[in-house]
Amino acid sequence: MSDTATKPALETAAATPKVIPSASVAQIFLEFLLIGATSFGGVVPYLRNSLVTKTGWINDKEFVEMLSISQSLPGLNATNMAILVGDKLRGVLGSIAAIIGVCLPGGVLMYVLGIFYRDHGDRAWTTAGLKGVAAAAVGLILFTVVQLSEKSLSGKFDFVFMALTVICVNRFHLGVPRTLIGVGILAILYHRPRRAKEGTQ
Amino acid sequence: MNQIPALIRVFSYLSLLTVGGGMAAFPELKTLTVDVHKWLTFTQLIHLYSLGQMAPGPNMMMIVSIGQWAAGFVGALVVVFAFFGPTAVLAFIVNRWWQREEKWPWRDSIQRGLAPVSIGLLLAGCFSMAKGAITGTETAAMAVAVLLVLLRYKINPALVVMAGAVLGMLTLSPK
Repeated sequence: MSDTATKPALETAAATPKVIPSASVAQIFLEFLLIGATSFGGVVPYLRNSLVTKTGWINDKEFVEMLSISQSLPGLNATNMAILVGDKLRGVLGSIAAIIGVCLPGGVLMYVLGIFYRDHGDRAWTTAGLKGVAAAAVGLILFTVVQLSEKSLSGKFDFVFMALTVICVNRFHLGVPRTLIGVGILAILYHRPRRAKEGTQ
Repeated sequence: MNQIPALIRVFSYLSLLTVGGGMAAFPELKTLTVDVHKWLTFTQLIHLYSLGQMAPGPNMMMIVSIGQWAAGFVGALVVVFAFFGPTAVLAFIVNRWWQREEKWPWRDSIQRGLAPVSIGLLLAGCFSMAKGAITGTETAAMAVAVLLVLLRYKINPALVVMAGAVLGMLTLSPK
């Protein structure tokens, strides 16, 4: 019985990669350039829209998996996703094309804005506007914290680890690396593979 | 004084701290760029970071401005490579290995263990930024309002941040 169940699954798994990578390095670069130029307010939704819905380069399951890998690694979600998707489609060159594409528009804009801010940032109206922007940005980060907590925290202990991280950085000034390694190891050990779980899988 | 070696050192180090997002590295970013190297002031850092929230693309592109201030065009270029290079290579290698080790039981443990820590780092970054950004009742009220609006309505966050700019100009101008 298990034979008949696994056979079609294996066949589709073997068939899928043949259908998908029809993207050239230039196409990858242009698509990520477009994402980099239009993704106001956070890259992830734009990535999904472009890679899953519009081009069909990856499916929804792959997208979620790649995103969770991107989140557990150092690096921004946007650039890690670019590396992962680029590699899947065209190997090293695909990764390079994707990350340059996604960074270029915002980088050029911040280069220009940075110069403008340095020369005119001390004017009363700019300072006032920027104060408002900074306050709003704090609200936006808090929103991201709430959103991520709902999605990826489970159980009391996850909240304890989160609180412990905040306290180590803000109150005890242990620094990000020591906190990351210390609390990270504790949390990973807490979520260690368990026998009982393996049985249910 | 040539700032290039320091820019490479600082930003490639910061690069490795951005687990779960750029904000995780904010406390160290502040210490190194403001207190140690004095490339900019804390207020300027907060302003640049906030401006960066309105720009498209990865939300830490404001590092380009810091590089430009410290060492011109070359500085900006160096900072981009130092900040995105190490994590890009790491993501590439770890991902390939990760795909092969799909059955490794610790894979799931690492992902689930790092989730609360990365959210904690994000929150820690938020608090350390709030120390400079929340200067009184008005700014505190604005931050809370933005949080509530985003929780309640499905709006593009960049628009809400822009609304913050307009509101700031209208209400926070020095009298």
